[in-house]
Amino acid sequence: MRFILLFLSAAVTSGLCFILDTQVLLPAPLGKLLSPQEGIWQNADPIDKNYSADLKFSDLKGKVDVYFDERLVPHIFAEQENDAYFVQGYLHAKFRLWQMELQVLSAAGRASEVVGEIAINHDREFRRLGMVYAAENSLQVIEKDEETKFALDAYTSGINAYVKSLTNSSLPLEYKLLGYRPELWTNLKTALFLKYMSFDLSGYENDFEMTNAKHYFSKSQFDLLFPSYQDSVDPVIPTNMPMAVAKAVSTAPLFADSIYFDFMKSTVAMSQEFNKPNPSNGSNNWVLSGKRTKSGAPILCNDPHLGLNLPSLWYEMQISVPQFNAYGVSFPGAPSIIIGFNDSCAFGFTNGGRDVRDYYEIKFKDESKQEYWFDSSWKKTTLRIETIKIKGKPDLIDTVAYTLFGPVMYDASFQGKYKGMNANYAVKWSAHDSTNEMKLFYLLNRSKNYLDYVRAARYLKTPGQNIVFACKNGDIAIRTQGKFPAKWKGQGDFIMPGFDSSYLWQGYIPADETPYQFNPDTGYVSSANQRPVDTTYPYYLGRNYPLARGLYLNRALSQTYNATASDMMKLQLSNYDIFASMAVPLLLQNVNDSFLNSNERKYLSELKKWNYSNEAQSIAATFFQIAWRALKDTVYNDEYAMAPPFTQKPYRSTLLEALLKDTAYLFVDDIHTSKKETLQEISMAAFKKAVVKCDELAMENKLQWGYYKDTRISHLLKLPSFSVSELFIGGGEDVLNASQSDHGPSWKMIVSLTSETEAYGIYPGGQEGNPGSYYYDNAINSWAEGKYYKLWVMKLSEKNDSKVKWTMHFDSKN
Amino acid sequence: MKFIVTLLLMSILAFSACLFMPWWSIAITSFLVGVFIPQKKGIAFLSGFLSLFLLWLGLTFWISHQNNDILAHRISLLILKKDSPLLLMLLTALIGGLVSGMAALTGSLMRTFSSQK
Repeated sequence: MRFILLFLSAAVTSGLCFILDTQVLLPAPLGKLLSPQEGIWQNADPIDKNYSADLKFSDLKGKVDVYFDERLVPHIFAEQENDAYFVQGYLHAKFRLWQMELQVLSAAGRASEVVGEIAINHDREFRRLGMVYAAENSLQVIEKDEETKFALDAYTSGINAYVKSLTNSSLPLEYKLLGYRPELWTNLKTALFLKYMSFDLSGYENDFEMTNAKHYFSKSQFDLLFPSYQDSVDPVIPTNMPMAVAKAVSTAPLFADSIYFDFMKSTVAMSQEFNKPNPSNGSNNWVLSGKRTKSGAPILCNDPHLGLNLPSLWYEMQISVPQFNAYGVSFPGAPSIIIGFNDSCAFGFTNGGRDVRDYYEIKFKDESKQEYWFDSSWKKTTLRIETIKIKGKPDLIDTVAYTLFGPVMYDASFQGKYKGMNANYAVKWSAHDSTNEMKLFYLLNRSKNYLDYVRAARYLKTPGQNIVFACKNGDIAIRTQGKFPAKWKGQGDFIMPGFDSSYLWQGYIPADETPYQFNPDTGYVSSANQRPVDTTYPYYLGRNYPLARGLYLNRALSQTYNATASDMMKLQLSNYDIFASMAVPLLLQNVNDSFLNSNERKYLSELKKWNYSNEAQSIAATFFQIAWRALKDTVYNDEYAMAPPFTQKPYRSTLLEALLKDTAYLFVDDIHTSKKETLQEISMAAFKKAVVKCDELAMENKLQWGYYKDTRISHLLKLPSFSVSELFIGGGEDVLNASQSDHGPSWKMIVSLTSETEAYGIYPGGQEGNPGSYYYDNAINSWAEGKYYKLWVMKLSEKNDSKVKWTMHFDSKN
Repeated sequence: MKFIVTLLLMSILAFSACLFMPWWSIAITSFLVGVFIPQKKGIAFLSGFLSLFLLWLGLTFWISHQNNDILAHRISLLILKKDSPLLLMLLTALIGGLVSGMAALTGSLMRTFSSQK
């Protein structure tokens, strides 16, 4: 009897331990997770946590001192340059390890290892896109260059110094929640991270959707739906600039008109990607020369619009070494300052948005995928075996065939989101090339003048960016930088035949034909992702560029004189919607108020008195967005009703530009009625539809633009309690303050290059990646209120300043 | 008096063990105390339960207080679907208490079992 009791009691005790330590019965190992000395409680950092420390590492050559200010921004002072990269790696890991590793696992197609089978399609697609292949290619040149190799080696060992110091209890919170441990960092992981940014910024294309549009519409319809030029565009490089005579010539293949531009072929394609970068990944940047500023010194401004997440993509820091003194934001995952300034100059980026990712249809000889038809013979593929590990499941083996174009991304075994037919598509993407983008930042951080900037910029191949530059000597510049294929008109808009070498990219636009501006007479340079140049540029540039922000930015800058940093803040925060300012009058012309009831007139008068500013409180802004969408749907939905799935819809500016030119636009008529509809009729219908929708929103108290738009900053795992939601702020897609629902100005920076640099910046997050820390999201409210922090470029002599809250001393072990 | 000593001993040993070992070492320490300090079955369970319940409640309370409950708010919403740091602390304490109580009971049963053989 006693024995049975003993046995039972022992069994219950060990059973409890087992259950609470595993996920066999519970959704999480609650004992392990909640035990105060090991679990999540250890991640509850005291509000007044002391970050000071004395650390010794054998990989360090000399001393490094890190001073943290009251916002937890580290100011690194190193005797040896590579020691600074070591410490940068250490700090990135200390504050952001989980996010850096997750981004890299995701880039490498290894997310299933952590989150299980829900990520299989993501993983297969990223591997088939050749992300690892691309990173391996780039790593070769990064490591061939001594400067970048040593910097990266130091950075990697800094990360690993931190990773090795981790214990069960000091693991970052998300590792505990998901139940895995960090791996050691490698140089390849940094290359993967940079390729992930290339994907985010140069991976967007609509080739499948455009191919379906081509096959469904006639050529004349297509040309109206997808015009190759926007009439109202104000390009990055102004239109009156003389263009170089093209050295690279690209000619369309002989029978392209029948083989490639095969409109109305009624073939239904295709695959569609699971992973599409957000098409709004863009930015604003501009520089005013001294002529236009109050101080007489240039002011450089930049705000990259990217997904808004927690932990933030950015980590702010200062790196001071004998060779340079740089301040700005860095990417946890890569060395150097990415957007920022040093003692001589400042630099910033916007996305170029060129199409550098194309697809080719491949004919395999048989299912083994070992040979494909090309230029009248069978060519051999290289097979790459991808082993995808899946949490809690057996491995998945995926075989990817590599052709001379690139990897065959979609084939019978993997057809993407839309499983249609048995075609094979190889992807050609400039990010596959062996390029050393790390060197761009490495050189920018230490550039002293315009020539240094140009030399640094040439290392940027993919993703193509508009790089702005300003120097204390008064120079300002912009370059529409990148390595871009020289395309014939229409090349790569659609899927191309993969059996014919004449469809290959025939060459690249020579580097010395990169459009740029250096100290222009206008006294400013700017970009907002619009078309880089006008039609006099001798190369094809694709059809899809956002229009509105660039138009407004240039208009505002041309009227700016005696500018101060606070004027520039106002401009970055401007909610003026130039798109609405063009579209609303058109709408008002076509809405006859004698046919409206009193409720509808209420909205009409809101619209009439609107100043086109997308403020959080605005009702007109919400109404306009809904009415415009309703109008667009009415115009196009009839034509698209029978279109195959995933047929490209017209780009945002197309309808507006078409209606401004011609109110009898072909698509205004509803093809399903015998009657010929007019713009008045459909505008009226759209208006009334919008009223119904807005009345519904009013009931839910979501009619004000800030509530309707609902800007939020989500944790990377989308856990609501780790996210900040319902930020009541203005903004929008077509305004400089590009805050959308989960996307927007991810870092706002203003640098006035006076003799003592005066700089301001803020990002919606905090320096700590730990959701249990005060510094996890401490800047979000200020960001939402439109405030900026004054950036403190610390001098070593200021180490006893009251702004220094904590100090970390690093030293070599010997 | 003996009850208080047992309670303290279990708490101190559990705390020390968890500095170096996984969380379930609290089962080992409370079991050992149960073996070496003679107690009635019910009292053994109670001392085991209370020692860890109070230790973990105190620890979490102290940790979370210094943290302004930032983490406890987030995690209680995540795990309990309810914004209640206190409930999360009580759950933590309950887990520690149950495991330790059962371990102490097992220890006490072990003692009587071997002494009567």
